Amino acid sequence: MKLVSRIAATAAALALAGLTATACAPQTSGNSAQQDDKSGTLRVWLFQEVHNKPKEQVVDAAVAAFETAHKGAEVEIEYIPVESRAQRIKAAFNDPKSAPDLIEYGNTDTAGYVKDGGLADVTAEFGAWDEAKDTDPTARQSVTVDGKVYGAPLFVGVRALYYRTDVFKDLGIAVPRTQDELIATAKKIHKEKPDLYGLAVGGAYTYGAMPFIWANGGELAQENGGSCESAIDSAAAQKGIKAYTSLFGDDNCPAAKCAAMGGNAVITAFAAGNAAMAIGGDFSHQAVEAGAVKGTYAVVPLPGLKAGEIAPAFAGGNNIGVLKSSSHRTLAVDLMKRLAGKESQGKLFDAMGFLPTYTDVRAEAAKKQPFVAPFIRTLGAGAKFVPASPAWGRIDASLVLPTMFQEIISGKKDVAAASSDAAEKMDAAFTDAG
Amino acid sequence: MAYKTAAEPAVAPAGTAARPPDTTAPPAGPARRSGAWTPWLYLAPALVVLAGLLVHPIYQLGLISFLEYTQAQVSGGEPTTFQGLGNYRTLFADSQFWQVLLATVLFAAACVVSTLAVGCALAVLLTRVRALPRLALMLAALGAWATPAITGSTVWVFLFDPDYGPVNRMLGLGDFSWTYGRLSAFALVLFEVVWCSFPFVMVTVYAGIKAIPGEVLEAASLDGASPWRIWRSVMAPILRPILVVVTIQSVIWDFKVFTQIYVMTNGGGIAGQNLVLNVYAYQKAFASSQYSLGSAIGVVMLLILLAVTLVYLRLLRREGEEI
Repeated sequence: MKLVSRIAATAAALALAGLTATACAPQTSGNSAQQDDKSGTLRVWLFQEVHNKPKEQVVDAAVAAFETAHKGAEVEIEYIPVESRAQRIKAAFNDPKSAPDLIEYGNTDTAGYVKDGGLADVTAEFGAWDEAKDTDPTARQSVTVDGKVYGAPLFVGVRALYYRTDVFKDLGIAVPRTQDELIATAKKIHKEKPDLYGLAVGGAYTYGAMPFIWANGGELAQENGGSCESAIDSAAAQKGIKAYTSLFGDDNCPAAKCAAMGGNAVITAFAAGNAAMAIGGDFSHQAVEAGAVKGTYAVVPLPGLKAGEIAPAFAGGNNIGVLKSSSHRTLAVDLMKRLAGKESQGKLFDAMGFLPTYTDVRAEAAKKQPFVAPFIRTLGAGAKFVPASPAWGRIDASLVLPTMFQEIISGKKDVAAASSDAAEKMDAAFTDAG
Repeated sequence: MAYKTAAEPAVAPAGTAARPPDTTAPPAGPARRSGAWTPWLYLAPALVVLAGLLVHPIYQLGLISFLEYTQAQVSGGEPTTFQGLGNYRTLFADSQFWQVLLATVLFAAACVVSTLAVGCALAVLLTRVRALPRLALMLAALGAWATPAITGSTVWVFLFDPDYGPVNRMLGLGDFSWTYGRLSAFALVLFEVVWCSFPFVMVTVYAGIKAIPGEVLEAASLDGASPWRIWRSVMAPILRPILVVVTIQSVIWDFKVFTQIYVMTNGGGIAGQNLVLNVYAYQKAFASSQYSLGSAIGVVMLLILLAVTLVYLRLLRREGEEI
């Protein structure tokens, strides 16, 4: 006990010393820019892709043109890994001195970054930009928060249904035209070929599940007067959740394996030839081409409730935005326009297969590459977006929806209970975010 | 304390350090007063380092737990506000927190008991085998000890993989998924935690056993004591201070398990069924940027561990031990 009391006394003394010796509040950084330099070095962070070389070439061309147009301005591009982007970008917001001027960011992060005070409002410049009028409405929505624009869309990503042509021919079955047919077909295939998942699904594959909710008329959240309210427990949304979770089980995708799968695992299973169908994005095309199923698959839009309907897809994609802390605002906005302009997006499609955000450039792309046709049709049928609330980042990061799906799949809760719990968590996040 | 052991001398220098003023300082008044500060002077470098590395972070942790401090506050988008006990209220009202806390306590207890049992058993085994097997066991244990937690966890997940894992094939479990069920997932993580933390127990206890005078053990076996009896009535009491240290260490480590759960159950298991407090705090603090709520969890963990350690030391003292 002697030792204990001695430690306690020392600790108390040290705590007192600590109180007097250190600043009394945790750090907060000021993020407003002090100046607008017309020369100097612009720093840019872009995402590192799996095959990054072609992207670099497109970016380099845009940068070269920029540097010719602005004497005395230099551009430093850094490609950051996608997995650790959240930490990097948070760090950039926390330490404006070492922050870049321009960043590429995922479009679900827009509202969160704006709330964090990291992105600059470029509404005026975006409005005056002639190319911006061809930006499709969903892409425009993905850079807009409360009517203000915080960047330029770089590309959109959308998911559709990949299926194995050889398996379908073998079993003599037709491509499903409705959601019910899709589920029945998946189970039929698994019955005939037990070593294949009929339709590969994942309990953590939120973006693969959303179309089921939307197709049934459900919504993730309802926006009313600037604040959001969760709608994930509405009757329509529950129907969609029920439809999606009915795909887990020994008759299609065994829960023990599929409950934990995310989007990448689903695509990997399809590419490896372990699944007859999978929901995958236009950006998954390269991975599937590199897999065992090359040449024996095709893509159609994910069917909706009735024949001929397309289930609304999630409009993913990335944007480019100027940081609020940038001391080269004018230059940064110009570089943003060049990187996200029509010319760069057209080239980026040729190089990487990223779908352009301009309707006219996209139509051009579809002519060149037939494989994107089903994705463009999906976009044309009306893609949807996650709630434009700063709370979305937290809802996403705290795995509210995957937890809900997994609770249902593993039989811990029924659809009503799990969805009302999820709605409660979402509402808590919406309330906190104000 | 009847026996000289490794843990005892740690107390002695502190005791003697306080004595010199009485014996060496001249009896004059002013000199004696300056003498009273001498031990603090000697301790100062260590205290400064401790204050900087330990007290300051804990102070910041405590402070942040009373504020509204999310990413928006850090990057200056919104002002930092004082919340009083608001974060703690949110935390204690969250039923998931209590579930996670219970799971953490039970899981840590299972890990500590298993680690100590395996570590002590193998330490005794080490003293009874020949040089070559002893060397092999030591090397294997050191290998496990030296393996980074991430690597170890990844390898274990692979070993127990339902499709490619050799364990399922050897046990004939087919495509049984270890990470799907709550208990089996916790069991899998427990195996890994025991595997990477038993070497510390084994090596420490082995060193302790080697320091036990041979004649004591010899006397016991001459009296006809069985190996179990020798362990219970001779070795364990002598090794007690070592076992105390090892137990406290294990409690602290296993209560704070993070990497194994995070890697092996993919961030907390199906629907968060395998969350432990540390991973839960990480989810709150870093994944969803609620630094203040994460800090509150950190403070709760700190208090629990402090309480466990103090109660444990207290109990020992009541039994007449001093460490």
